[in-house]
Amino acid sequence: MTIEEIITARRAEPWREELRKSLKNKDRMVIPRVKMRELDPNTRNHELKEEVNLGLTQEEALLEAKRCLDCPKPTCMNGCPVSINIPSFIKNIERGEFLEAAKVLKETSALPAVCGRVCPQEKQCEAECIYLKSKKEAVAIGYLERFAADYEQESGQISIPEISHHNGIKIAVVGSGPAGLSFAGEMAKFGYSVTVFEALHEIGGVLKYGIPEFRLPNRIVDVEIESLRKMGVEFVKDCIVGKTISYDDLHQDEFKGIFVASGAGLPNFMNIEGENLIGVMSSNEYLTRVNLMDASNPESDTPVLPGKKVAVIGGGNTAMDSVRTAKRLGAERAVIVYRRSEEEMPARLEEVKHAKEEGIEFLTLHNPIKYIGDERGRVKQMVLQKMQLGEPDASGRRRPEPIEGATDTLDVDEVIVSVGVSPNPLIPSSFKGLEITKWGTIVVNKETMRSAVKDVYAGGDIVRGGATVILAMGDGRRAAAAMHESMNG
Amino acid sequence: MNKIVKKEYFSANVVSFEVEAPLIARSRKAGHFIILRVGEKGERIPLTIASADPQKGTITLVIQAVGKSSKKLCALNEGDYITDLVGPLGQATHIEKVGTIVCAGGGVGVAPLLPIVEAFHKAGNRVIVVLAARTKDLIILEDQMKANSDEVIVMTDDGSYGTKGLVTNGVESVILREPVNLCVTIGPAIMMKFVSLLTKKYNIPTMASLNTIMVDGTGMCGACRVTVGGKTKFVCVDGPEFDAHQVDFDEMIMRLGAYKEVEK
Repeated sequence: MTIEEIITARRAEPWREELRKSLKNKDRMVIPRVKMRELDPNTRNHELKEEVNLGLTQEEALLEAKRCLDCPKPTCMNGCPVSINIPSFIKNIERGEFLEAAKVLKETSALPAVCGRVCPQEKQCEAECIYLKSKKEAVAIGYLERFAADYEQESGQISIPEISHHNGIKIAVVGSGPAGLSFAGEMAKFGYSVTVFEALHEIGGVLKYGIPEFRLPNRIVDVEIESLRKMGVEFVKDCIVGKTISYDDLHQDEFKGIFVASGAGLPNFMNIEGENLIGVMSSNEYLTRVNLMDASNPESDTPVLPGKKVAVIGGGNTAMDSVRTAKRLGAERAVIVYRRSEEEMPARLEEVKHAKEEGIEFLTLHNPIKYIGDERGRVKQMVLQKMQLGEPDASGRRRPEPIEGATDTLDVDEVIVSVGVSPNPLIPSSFKGLEITKWGTIVVNKETMRSAVKDVYAGGDIVRGGATVILAMGDGRRAAAAMHESMNG
Repeated sequence: MNKIVKKEYFSANVVSFEVEAPLIARSRKAGHFIILRVGEKGERIPLTIASADPQKGTITLVIQAVGKSSKKLCALNEGDYITDLVGPLGQATHIEKVGTIVCAGGGVGVAPLLPIVEAFHKAGNRVIVVLAARTKDLIILEDQMKANSDEVIVMTDDGSYGTKGLVTNGVESVILREPVNLCVTIGPAIMMKFVSLLTKKYNIPTMASLNTIMVDGTGMCGACRVTVGGKTKFVCVDGPEFDAHQVDFDEMIMRLGAYKEVEK
């Protein structure tokens, strides 16, 4: 069946028809969009590990699910990189079958509890919701996804997707971030023997070392990883493909297909004076220390510098994560320094809102040009160039330009540089025959995710540069479909 | 995996571990290092591989108990497991025939120097090793060095063994005596700095293996960054070996002190 046929067939099920008849569209559309309950900003900005968003209650979820009109051609699905059957899961919530709703999510997404939390739905599924055409707020698809996934996790009755017969074919995955996990889940469902190789001592990639607990609790990620284990996916930690084992080793071990999802883990620095002073670090280092190594816990052997006056350079989600973490670790002043205006910030609106509520200061149209240290080599001040916006650049955003001679000095004792990441060069440099762009990303066919090396597919940030969790997952899903087809073709 | 099969004390604070790590033993080359972690709350620390036995599937690590993590590691015994061990990391030493090479090692830096001495010697170079330590008890691996080089010169600060003096005195004595084509140095940052200053004076190309603070060891964070020839480099992926004459040792020494206060 094609996707359209599946959508139509499911929509035609008697219970769905009955549900549609139970309430007129007109009445559905007057229900206001649910607001997510949140921890109080002045409490949560001291709590590193308390999740800010509290999720929906059953009543809230049931009411929000009623808003969905169960469109015959659900445009929302076009906005989802893994094509979740959105009306199907929402209507299951409306009829109170929460576990069924979770099952629908898992048909296409290996990590629904993660996506429900970190996807920028306002730019994806919710951006295509029919409600927007009537100038109303979109159905809260992300909140409902999270509700169904959380309900299932808490119920203890986690369903494991059906697995086609085991075909015994071995597949290797390089990297256990969102792209690798999504791919692994799909291939396991097709019946392959999947092994995921991870360089770090924890599975999950950016979901573990990058995104903080207050946005995505590790236990949520661990439950989803456990589901993959139950589906037969094997995980090998502390193993770096390209270093510990080579492409040839994988061949000798009879892996018939390799999916490279090694991500964009290399932090960019700005190469300005004083950037190597003590106290200046990448957001990757800062977040890895705090999230992966639990450095703020006295039990942990890994140290972290406790900044009192912290500046975070950048305007993306990673910058927001870093600055909110700094506040939670006791910073008296935590400032976002961004060279454009707030309008151009790539971070999710929700993250910016949360940061502001928590007392984060925003210093836009400022760009650091120099750091000044004390006699012990610790950063104590930064010199900021004042900026103004010029003409739009290739990305469509207005280009920031320095205002000649206009500078400011800011007292800081910790600076976190969050100006983007570059693709990890390990696989590109150790697999022979791959085609690599000048940015260091692997060239793949966009439909199949297949690289120039026949048995090597790639997806996520190693193909896109720094992008999002859900795009990485979409790549994993597409690569799995294509690899499966090629194995059977 | 990562079972400690043999523990040996080189001195009261310096321990040698032979650890099961078959994949690393097979793929590692001279100059490579590993990252390890002891316990679930342990930190990730880098250690250069001193030697490996691919047949037995083991690697050898030499550790000096100085801080919290290295003390925790040194307290492990034969039969214990190291929680996590990943590698080989970094760029391998570029080994070729260059002529006469002086290899200068200080403290536990002598251990990672061993595989480099071995490889250069096998490649047909004349290899002279200068081993330095504060006192006699801290001189390690002298016999292994002798077996893999043309000459070993021992220097001690207090003159309790070998010649009294610093590592630089030993290196300079060779330079004054015969032409030297390359110098390799591994040890405390301050020692490498002075070896580098010395060989610069004589215009002898010099390679230093840097031991900075690291977290992941795979290029992900930049904690290990150093300035080499005016550019920022990551020791874990671009190194650990660099042209010593291009390294900003003062900055490196400063950065090594980043967590002194927090670590207590």
